[in-house]
This record gives sequence, C-alpha cells and structure tokens, in this order.
Amino acid sequence: MKHLRAINKKAHRIDQISESPEKDVVALQGAPPPPKMHVPMGCTFIFTPGWEVDSAGGSAGLCQPVERDIYDCYVDCYWPAQVPDHLNNAPDWAAKCASATKDWRNLDLIFP
Amino acid sequence: MTATESIYRLGEFHSFDAAGTRFLYLVPSGGIFALDEIAAAMIERLEQGEASRDRLLADLTARGFPSVEASEAIDEMHRTRALSNGEVFLDNAQSPPADFPLQTLVLNLTNQCNLACQYCYEFGDDKVATPEGKPKFMDFETAKGSVDFLLKQSAGRRHVHITFFGGETLMNFPLLKRVVGYATEQALAQQRSIDFSLTTNATLLTPAIIEFLSDNRIGVTVSMDGPKDMQDKLRVFSNGRGSYDLVEPRVRALIQNHRTRPITARVTLTSGVTDVARIFRHLKNDLGFHEVGFALVTTSPDRLYAINERGMDHVLEQFHVLADEYLESALRGEMHGFSNVSDTLAELHQGVSKSHPCGAGLGLVGVGPSGDIAPCHRFVDSDRHAIGHVSTGIDRDRQGDFLRRGNINTKYDCHQCWARPLCAGGCHHEAFVRYGDTGHPNLHYCDWIRDWTDKCLRIYGAIAAQNPEFLDRFTERKS
Repeated sequence: MKHLRAINKKAHRIDQISESPEKDVVALQGAPPPPKMHVPMGCTFIFTPGWEVDSAGGSAGLCQPVERDIYDCYVDCYWPAQVPDHLNNAPDWAAKCASATKDWRNLDLIFP
Repeated sequence: MTATESIYRLGEFHSFDAAGTRFLYLVPSGGIFALDEIAAAMIERLEQGEASRDRLLADLTARGFPSVEASEAIDEMHRTRALSNGEVFLDNAQSPPADFPLQTLVLNLTNQCNLACQYCYEFGDDKVATPEGKPKFMDFETAKGSVDFLLKQSAGRRHVHITFFGGETLMNFPLLKRVVGYATEQALAQQRSIDFSLTTNATLLTPAIIEFLSDNRIGVTVSMDGPKDMQDKLRVFSNGRGSYDLVEPRVRALIQNHRTRPITARVTLTSGVTDVARIFRHLKNDLGFHEVGFALVTTSPDRLYAINERGMDHVLEQFHVLADEYLESALRGEMHGFSNVSDTLAELHQGVSKSHPCGAGLGLVGVGPSGDIAPCHRFVDSDRHAIGHVSTGIDRDRQGDFLRRGNINTKYDCHQCWARPLCAGGCHHEAFVRYGDTGHPNLHYCDWIRDWTDKCLRIYGAIAAQNPEFLDRFTERKS
C-alpha cells in the first residue's frame, strides 16, 4: 500500500491479505447473507381491540371467540412469540385447520 | 449499487499522533498503520460526517491532492477497514480451540505465608480461596502429577514453563528443588525444554537458595512495594512489623548473585502507596531490579487500602512521567525497566486481538497444594472456581463455562470500546472480586485503560518513527 504504511506485525498481515487478489477465499469470511425479506406488520401497525377483555373487564363477552385470537396472532404477528407467524416463516401452519374451533388439533408445533 | 454511489464513513479505530505523523490503531484487528497526508486528510473530512465517493474525492482534490492518489487512498483505507461503505463486518472474536495446549503451569507449592499483607488476595478480606480441610503444603506426588499433567496437556509445544507460587513459595523450597529436577528430566526425555520462574516476598532467600536459582536459570519476581515507608505499610508480618529491613539485604544479594535471568519487582499499589515514580526509582536505581511492574490492588471498593478515583488519577499521572522517560531511553536504544510499558508495547507490536483478557484457563492454569486445577494462581484453592484435578485432568464443562463467561463476545459493554483488542474486559479475578462474576467487564477502570493504551500507542508510534530497530526486541512472542 502507498498511503498507509504497516507498522506492527498485524498491520503487515492485513497489508498482505488486502494485496492478495480480491474474492480469493470467501467461504465464511465474507459479510453475512442478506436477511430474508421481512414484512413489517403486527401490533405496531394495526390496532385490534377486543380480544383480551370485554367491556366489563371479563372474557365472557368478547366480540370474537377466543379461538379467533390464535389467527390474529398467526396472521399478523399479534403475539409473535406465542404462535408461528404466517407472514415470514410458517405460511402453511394452519393449512390443515379450516375451522379453529373444530380442527385445532391439527395445529402442530413448528420446528425451524 | 455502483462504486461511485458508495457512502463512505469511518470504520472502527483509534487515531493518534506521534512524532508528527498520524497513526491508526484498527479495531478489532489491532493493526497499526501510519497515514500519509491524503489518508490523514480523509479521516479529518469523514470526522465531519459521511460522504459519497464523489464528494470525498472532490473535497480531497479541493485541498490540492491529485484525484488519482485520493482515489487510491480511499481504496486502501477501505481495504484495511479504516473506512466502511455500509458493509457489515463479522468481527466476533474467534473462540480458541477446545483442546488449547497448555504452555504454563503455576504451581502453588504452599498456601502458607510468613507475611500477612493486608491486601493479599489469598488471605485478605476479598479472598476467593476455600482452603479449609485441604493440604497446606503440596507433596511431591502431587507435584509430580502436575508436571506429568503439564507435559501431557502441552503436546505439540516444544517449550513449556512452570511458575512456582504460593503462599510464600520459598516456604516449600525443598519441593521446588525436587520439581525442578524431575521436570527437567522428564522434559529432556521427551526432547523438549522447560524453564522455571518463581514469585517470592524475598524474606526467606539465602545464599544457597540464590545459588540454586541462578544455576538453574530460574526467573525471579519479588513482590515488593517500594522504599521502607511504603513497603512497611501493608507488607507486614502477622505482628504488624514491617518487612523492609529483612527484605532489602536479601534482594541486594539476589540481584548481585543471580546473574542468569533478569530480576523483576512487582509492586501492588494501594491507597497510601501511589507514589509510582519514587517507588520505581528506589527499586530500579537503589536496589538494582532490572524491571519493575506495577498493578493496582485487587479489592472491593470499600476497603481502606482501595485506591479512590483521585488516587487513580495520581497513579496515572506518574505512569505518564515514567512512560515519557521510557520513550527517551528507547530512542537511545536502552531498556528503561518500566514493565507496564514494555508489556503493552510487546502486545501492540504483535497486534494482538484477544478473545480473552489473558491465558487463564487456556494456555495457563494454576494448581493448588491439593492438586486441584484453577484457571490461574489467583483462583487456586477455591472450590467454586476449580476446573479439574491433576489426577483426572481438566473438567471441560467447567473450563468451558469459565471461558464462555470471559469471552469478549459476551461482554457487551466492551463492544463499543476501541481498547478491547488489548483489554478484552480485564482480569477475570478482579471482575469476580468486584462484581461477583468472572465474566463481568471491569468497568471501574475503563477510562484508565483507554488513557494508558493511548499513551503506549503514542510511545509505540514515536519509536516506530524514530528508532524502529528498538521494536525488534518485541518481535519474538513471549513464551
């Protein structure tokens, strides 16, 4: 190199490596692969009240059956930690579950 | 994205000036480069904010640099990662291999001591040792087992090292003698070599012992805190009497008669003992030690002998004074004897980038009188920190746990710090005493470490510019 002068031993090694032909050994040394596309949706983008408590503060009069909640989590990552997310990682998770109240047994664990 | 659209910003480094030249200390690689005018101007420009390649070129040519040269300089800076154009660098420190071969064994021949230094990490208020019910003196069988363990676990290394430690090492001198004989024999039989050193408080040195140490080329480090008033403050016998008068003539005899290895003093700085320059002059000039190294006492912050922040500043100021003297000597081609500088220069010269602050639990382990293996001598005899026994070898799970905690990758506080290639979070033992976790970064001395590393970089840069041959002596790695 011309504008930077290597001083210590490590600098000499960096110098050597940087002089070697570009894209020589890249296997695990390069930058990580670009992240998978991530659809930014979920609780920060939409507001869907009514799942946790009803107007009286209980759960008897929810505006939708509680089972519906699972899809809300699933489809737009309402609680991404609890169920797989439909948008990015597990699009087929509920494929065998047409009606959650009847077919919920077909919902399986996800093994990434 | 084409090259001309790249946005350039500064990479991670610490820049410093020495002898009229701008240098970069690259982080985390540890490479040190001297910059020419264009490269230095580029840094100045990017300190004002990021810029596209075209913008950067325009600004540099406006300052009178030829465009071709500027373009070349950008590429060079980018290749060394002093500049980045948005790429993500994977710079996690590589973990050392699981079967890292041993290099050094620290044998605590005894955990007994004839002094009662108040700050002692083995006996003082912050001790981690749990010696109850364990042997106080190592026996020959355990020592033999330790030597065999070292030779077995260091396969592939031609040269290995044993450091004798205590307690007061010389309280078990008969064993030391036998170990030197046995280990030398065993190493020879395998066509390998082994060398020895010991740390002592010097109170028990006799002419015969000195002769043995010299004949066997055993390196000696004397724990000593300075002239009489400072030595006698905390380095006392159990009745409170100071040890200086006993130590001084023995040290003189040692330095005079042990001619085969340099003799080193190792000073512990405490609240009343911070006059580094005076201590150095006494030990180096009056007593004649070849090297003098200083370390701050390891303690929880509320002890009476703990150094407060003002004391730390005072210590650092004096470190600077001695460091300037070191530079003057180095430019004349002479060794000054201030170990804290030479140790740091040696690491800067290699360009180390550490995954762990030191070799504890990796290339170095400590063995207690019972044969228990500890990550280093400071953890010896502590049940909580034991990582095996010489008869059964290293417990890989416990060693793994220790090393995972101590790895720089897990010390998030350190990840923004430019001094991390050298410091790596600092002493495991100090961290345990301060924070209760060997893997906690030693946040109480960060500013101190950065200031000191910067000082040593400036010295390194000045020597590299004005007397580069001096650095040849740091080319060989310390073995």
